[in-house]
Amino acid sequence: MKLTDHKITTCYHCGEACGDGILHLDDKDFCCTGCKLVFEVLQENDLSSYYDIAPAPGATQNTVKGQSNRFDYLDDAEVTRKLLDFTNDRESHITFNIPVIHCASCIWLLENLHKLHSGIIDGRVDFIKKKVKIKFLQEAVSLKEVVQLLAEIGYEPAINLSDLEGQASPKTDKRLIFKLAVAGFCFGNMMFFSLPEYFSEAELLGSQFHGLFNYLNIFLALPVFFYSATDYYKSAWLALKSKTVNMDVPIVLGIFALFFYSLYLIIFLGEAGYMDTLGGLLFFLLIGKIYQQKTYDTLSFDRDYKSYFPMAVTRLVQDSEEVVPLANLQVGDLIRVRNNELIPSDSLLVQGDAHIDYSFVTGEEVPVAKHKGQLIYAGGRQKGGPIALAVQKLPSQGYLTGLWNNESFEKEKVHSLESLANQTSKWFTLIVLLIAFTSLAIWSFSDMSLALKAFTSVLIIACPCALAMSTPFTLGNTLRAFGKSKLYLKNAAVIEKMALVDTVIFDKTGTLTAPANASVEFEGEELSAEARQIIKAIVSHSTHPLSNRINSWLKGEKGVILEKVEEIPGSGLRAIYKKQEFLLGSRDFTRADADSGKEGGNHVYLAVEGQQFGYFFIQSGLRKEVQGVVSQLGQDKSIHLLSGDHHHEKENLQKILGEGVKMKFKQGPEDKLNYIKSLNRQGATTLMLGDGLNDAGALKESHVGIAVTDRITNFSPASDAIMDAEVFGRIPAFLDFAKTSRKIIMASFGLSFAYNVVGITFAVQGLLSPVFCAVIMPASSLSVILFTTLTTNYMAYKKGLTKR
Amino acid sequence: MEIIFLLIGISLVLAIGFLFLFFRAMKSGQYDDNYTPSVRILFDQKTKSPKNKTTSTKSK
Repeated sequence: MKLTDHKITTCYHCGEACGDGILHLDDKDFCCTGCKLVFEVLQENDLSSYYDIAPAPGATQNTVKGQSNRFDYLDDAEVTRKLLDFTNDRESHITFNIPVIHCASCIWLLENLHKLHSGIIDGRVDFIKKKVKIKFLQEAVSLKEVVQLLAEIGYEPAINLSDLEGQASPKTDKRLIFKLAVAGFCFGNMMFFSLPEYFSEAELLGSQFHGLFNYLNIFLALPVFFYSATDYYKSAWLALKSKTVNMDVPIVLGIFALFFYSLYLIIFLGEAGYMDTLGGLLFFLLIGKIYQQKTYDTLSFDRDYKSYFPMAVTRLVQDSEEVVPLANLQVGDLIRVRNNELIPSDSLLVQGDAHIDYSFVTGEEVPVAKHKGQLIYAGGRQKGGPIALAVQKLPSQGYLTGLWNNESFEKEKVHSLESLANQTSKWFTLIVLLIAFTSLAIWSFSDMSLALKAFTSVLIIACPCALAMSTPFTLGNTLRAFGKSKLYLKNAAVIEKMALVDTVIFDKTGTLTAPANASVEFEGEELSAEARQIIKAIVSHSTHPLSNRINSWLKGEKGVILEKVEEIPGSGLRAIYKKQEFLLGSRDFTRADADSGKEGGNHVYLAVEGQQFGYFFIQSGLRKEVQGVVSQLGQDKSIHLLSGDHHHEKENLQKILGEGVKMKFKQGPEDKLNYIKSLNRQGATTLMLGDGLNDAGALKESHVGIAVTDRITNFSPASDAIMDAEVFGRIPAFLDFAKTSRKIIMASFGLSFAYNVVGITFAVQGLLSPVFCAVIMPASSLSVILFTTLTTNYMAYKKGLTKR
Repeated sequence: MEIIFLLIGISLVLAIGFLFLFFRAMKSGQYDDNYTPSVRILFDQKTKSPKNKTTSTKSK
């Protein structure tokens, strides 16, 4: 079909500009058969409202080309059993992760699946997590058919290896919310019952109320003491068992003193206790805990190669194909990998032309050509025609995946870096105990009951409620400020480590370099204006990374309308313009004879009617912020650079980044890990920035590992934080702000010490009363919350971190 | 004033009832997803329209 007018037609289904292959149906335009097919399916089933909720809601089907039997592994009973959430003899429930969910139409369609197939009972979308829970009758429809149906309407679920291995989804701890609810409930009611004590007018009520209210307080304190506070007991006990003292130890001391002293006061002396203070204490502490636990549900910080590898692979057995689960793959098997499929294991190329895109592994997105007999490492994606491979190593034992067998991945990240709070609590606990026992000793000479009172009072008032609140609120606010500027941290503890970083290690490809900044040069005859327009038109027909780079190099040019253009995967582009044949692509494809002799970049040759015009020389370019970032960080930190590439760029890099940067080239995944390990052993606090799976080991081993990615929701290796590549220039500001928040924590420690000094002065004199406690404890907590929240947000604003 | 004993009892029972309801709502997953329902409620509950009319839905 030929394009007749100049108006850009967009696809009714996906909203993308249609090429010259516009398809028409019901006076609507479609960019490809895939989109049209989805439209037809939906219309047949009376689901056209899909298009009314949001305009052009679909995902383009242009690039989706799958073989029909790719879901065969879902017939495997073992696979099915592991994927299903629930099953009985009638119905099954399954939760799919569908990354393309992006608008209200998606929700509507996925929740109306039952109209497409009677076997589906219903679908329920969680938009934020991009998940859909589907219930279906297994009599009427199999799991495979459900997945096929989803794929057919353009919502192919992402099913990968890690789905098979347990469904551990770390969520905000629900039990913590229950504990908070109980503490809040008890605190509120205890306040009511304690109020009469605090006002003399309450004497009117008569004395029997005092007893009742006090005993009701005991009753309400029980759930707080035995349920809400249990986490603190556990944590304190663990710390004591490993012969250290953390912040929870003095807190538990305070809780015990409050509870048992109040019991004693109420039961034996008939006086009012401190139960309301106990409730308030736990209430505020738990709020702090929850505030600190902010998580980013859509991001996953724990992904390893398994969440990236496919679940099944096409095996060739005596010229016929079968789809087998990856786990059943054996060394020596012949496998077939098609366009856009992933190489699941280290294997030898047996047949076909391989063009492997290793962007997820190294960050370099330009495919590498491989020839028959060469070894291909797992993790690459084939671009081009189908290839046959002989498996050399099991998927879990390969060059890349072997990294996960390293001991670093077995243990949780435990580093000697101790949080500020725990450092402080050591001597804090010591001093409090010292004061408590001293006052006990001094008073015991004159008045035993007063001595006891002073002793417990000190423990109560010194309970570091405000102290314990400083850290979670400062860090929680910092976490949110970072999130606003597109640095997403796994948890708040990362901030304290960031503040102490003194060594920064960069991965080169994909982290320091960016496709958008590639340098493109044309060598050969000078290109005329018309030639530029023709090239522009040719490259805009291709999604190959090199085409994209040439395309952005020709920014501003207006493409001509070509008579014909086709892409030969792995070779190049062929176009016809004014009856002339244009070839743009590899050397073999354009039959170029001269080798450019330039190293370290990619060549794209141009030939017109068999005549050579020259070539594009494309080099990966550094992000423009790199120089600034490195020089800023270099002022007080040592900078290292690790690269998997050859060292031909070393001189150039050294010139740009400065002499102080230590560089290591030809580093494999394991080498990177070991390099960080040796830095750590020398006592450095390391920050690793990487982007590919080959950095996974280094990200894990470093004190702080940040994954840099161009699209946050895309795959990124396991790390402590995920950073949007566009805020790369803010790295010094992030580290600086981490330091600032450490200072804010210290300042609020100072504030809460001031409260403690005042409180203890009263306590040692035995002057502490329930009213005093009920006022000063919440007041100190609230003021610390207020102080940290305000200062952190103000500082973030001042440093420009809250601006998007 | 003895009526206060009764009132306190009632108020506690009420409050515990609300706490229990909150627990139940948490457990049933009511707070797991607090975005999607806000979209879901805006969908029209269309009754099945005859086949010849379905093409007219495109006009927006």
